Amino acid sequence: MDSFSASGLWLLLSGAIAGTYLWRGLGVILASRINPSGPIFQWITCVSYAMLSGLIARMVLLPVGPLVESPLLIRVIGIAVGLGVFFLFGRRVLHSVFAGLIAFIALTLL
Amino acid sequence: MSCQGNTMLETKSQVNRRAVTDALGFPALMLVASMTGFGSLARESGLTLGVALGSTAGIWGLPGQVALAELHAAGVPALLVILAVSLANARFLPMAVSFIPLMRGGARSYGWMFLFVQLMSINSWAAGLRNFPEIAPDMRLRYYILFALICMAAGLIGTVLGFVGVVAMPRPIALGLIFLNPLFFAVLLAGSTGRPAILALLVGIPLGPIFHMVSPNWGLLATGVIGGTIAFWISRRVESARGDG
Repeated sequence: MDSFSASGLWLLLSGAIAGTYLWRGLGVILASRINPSGPIFQWITCVSYAMLSGLIARMVLLPVGPLVESPLLIRVIGIAVGLGVFFLFGRRVLHSVFAGLIAFIALTLL
Repeated sequence: MSCQGNTMLETKSQVNRRAVTDALGFPALMLVASMTGFGSLARESGLTLGVALGSTAGIWGLPGQVALAELHAAGVPALLVILAVSLANARFLPMAVSFIPLMRGGARSYGWMFLFVQLMSINSWAAGLRNFPEIAPDMRLRYYILFALICMAAGLIGTVLGFVGVVAMPRPIALGLIFLNPLFFAVLLAGSTGRPAILALLVGIPLGPIFHMVSPNWGLLATGVIGGTIAFWISRRVESARGDG
């Protein structure tokens, strides 16, 4: 059973790698033959971005994993602190992430 | 002979040094930190260390990796997981299209690009676009490969740190490591520019949780396709209304 689920995991990963490489390989083939700011790419970018923000919102509001152990309010505050520091203090990614993380851990410890 | 000015990097050692110093700053630090988050999520989602490292090296894009771990943990059917991972990383297509032609000068045979493109991430892409003007065209591939390999090493180290750390750390800190995933995304995406991308981000926020409640299996894909299409349509309408489309 364990070895079956392990090989199942590797199979899943192989599919995920192939599904990602598809875009990379296609990019090499199409390189400089196609305008990367054309409407098809713009649509693909929109789909990607909508998925990502949807995934974040779902991970924060409706977590499926261990984050259910932390209260909703703390998760929302952690994100708000991260974004707040990002927009208010010069758009520094690492500083902002660190601030959000510290807020999250500190509130969890309280 | 170069006529591009005396700041152009032309020798192997100059380019090597530049690639290492560029990569070992912010990019390596950011990859260790973000992949620490992924490693912890991977473990808590039931992935093995081997699969976690395989995701980092093989998918090599945080959004797809997190989608893989999250959807696997949620018990979503494999085919839908693969589809979602693929779409979450679709940005690699336009990235490669704009990036690969800049390095053509250095490739012995163009076929090698199909291998080297696997190393491409947002870090190496941005570093290349920023620094290639100062690097001789036949040396750009060298810069990119060295830079990207250092990034990947940092990502793999982070993955191990998170995988080990999430069970070794006290629970609040372990939860913090997992919380790094949505937090990193939120901050990285907050820096996005361009009307279509920003619109898509805003549309996705309500649709993600709503579609997840309707169908945990299809929710993420539906969010991307429906939300993305709405954002695309609105931004086109705005562009044509302003006459700048």
